[in-house]
Amino acid sequence: MVTESDIEHIAELADIGISRDEVPEFTTQFNAILDYFEVLDTVQGESAPAAGIINVFREDEPRPCLPQEAALANAGSTEDGFIKAPRVM
Amino acid sequence: MAGTLKFSPDDRYNAFITTCREAPFGDGALGGTAIAVKDNISTAGIRTTCASRILESYVPPYDAHVVGLLRREGAAIVGKTNMDEFGMGTTTETSAFGPTRNPVDPERVPGGSSGGSAAAVAAGLVPMALGTDTGGSIRCPAAFCGIVGLKPTYGRVSRYGLIAYANSLEQIGPMARTVEDVSRLMSVIAKYDFHDSTMLDRPYDHRPTADIAGLRVGVPEEYFGEGVDPRVAETVRDAIGVLEGLGASTVPVSIPGMRHALAAYYVICTSEASSNLARFDGVRYGPAVDTRKTWHEAYQDLRQELFGKEVRRRIMLGTFALSAGYAGRYYAKAQVARRNIKEDFERAFREVDIIAGPTMPTVAFRLGEKTDPLSMYLSDILTVPANLAGVPAISVPCGRVDGLPVGFQLMGRQFEDERVVDAAFAYEQEVRR
Repeated sequence: MVTESDIEHIAELADIGISRDEVPEFTTQFNAILDYFEVLDTVQGESAPAAGIINVFREDEPRPCLPQEAALANAGSTEDGFIKAPRVM
Repeated sequence: MAGTLKFSPDDRYNAFITTCREAPFGDGALGGTAIAVKDNISTAGIRTTCASRILESYVPPYDAHVVGLLRREGAAIVGKTNMDEFGMGTTTETSAFGPTRNPVDPERVPGGSSGGSAAAVAAGLVPMALGTDTGGSIRCPAAFCGIVGLKPTYGRVSRYGLIAYANSLEQIGPMARTVEDVSRLMSVIAKYDFHDSTMLDRPYDHRPTADIAGLRVGVPEEYFGEGVDPRVAETVRDAIGVLEGLGASTVPVSIPGMRHALAAYYVICTSEASSNLARFDGVRYGPAVDTRKTWHEAYQDLRQELFGKEVRRRIMLGTFALSAGYAGRYYAKAQVARRNIKEDFERAFREVDIIAGPTMPTVAFRLGEKTDPLSMYLSDILTVPANLAGVPAISVPCGRVDGLPVGFQLMGRQFEDERVVDAAFAYEQEVRR
């Protein structure tokens, strides 16, 4: 069971804004879905390291990539060739 | 001969988000053929929205690998098709651009999430289209609209330039009115690309043949059980009978992991979505964020405004499933369940060459019929196993119930896409005679 305050906390962690009147609706829906997920408690078997799967590595050599102008073309706010983001502090 | 294709369709079903009135084309295997592309596949210079307001004005600076291959073979890319927002849905109703209607019955959904591609093909606006399939998003709309759709083996088609939401599950695949056209489009798009590190160099270059004598067809009881409309089950059993008539034999098989499949799928896909969609913050693409607000405040406000409810619900579910104290119960268990299902398929494929069943448990829903998210999720039960196991799966039309199309699903071993195409082709040729 998750509570309305759990839902508000999850939204906060996910950086997803939700409005006050959405909280009860999301809570009910979450609980129905999590009830359904309980079937996973009956899964048999342990997680084992993946067998037969190998990493594919390559030399770290430069390849052609997007020019700066193209990379910035869709940013809503740029300054001196950089993308402008909100302040962190 | 190169040229320009004029394209101004009567889009009464809202299949397209963007149309290209003058689409250039060239020479090649698809020279001059009009092709529609799902709007989560990047097209240089043509806006690509994922049916979301957050990407409403996003114009990709590069082509997805598959789009480059289409252009190289002379195809005319005539438009970008409607879909559930970011591919999250089974009906195409979560699109920020309004729902697509089913050309077979406009009061019904076309299925999703590649509903626009399926409707464009079914309505005859284009002969072929590209869709993407994370948990059934090619096969479901193919079944609901009465066309053919193939989800290739995981790793057979490059995902470079695909705006995926769950990378370990999703594949781009072909949709068309005939198996032959699906195979033709597959031959163009399944070519190696070093940009996608999950891809293997196993190109598809195949002409379908209808000779299936001796083919062993597995029939899993789980695909005909509770929740499957008995009339749909009966129609599909008849289709299996047609394969038997062509010299195939049937063998009962079991996929016991099916009881965990849907929960495992939704835990994995929402978990991947929660990390994947973090990049949609309005900074690198999308509207400018308000840089006077703090980081979290700016993102929360923007994502609340520009993401639809289902996208926010899935990001939150995934965040929860991965959070400290719950990851072991949900995400880790889902991965074990996924491996069990893969092993179930491997075991079955030691006895049989393909596995057959319905694509969807029912025919197309009415618009607005599925209001509760869980009941919507439950309708994916027969399609998600192929994504979890990474195996190829095709849906081919096999008759009607209440006047609405039923899809016949054929699944094969990994990298045996050719075999599922041949089985579908044999069925299609036989019933069309």
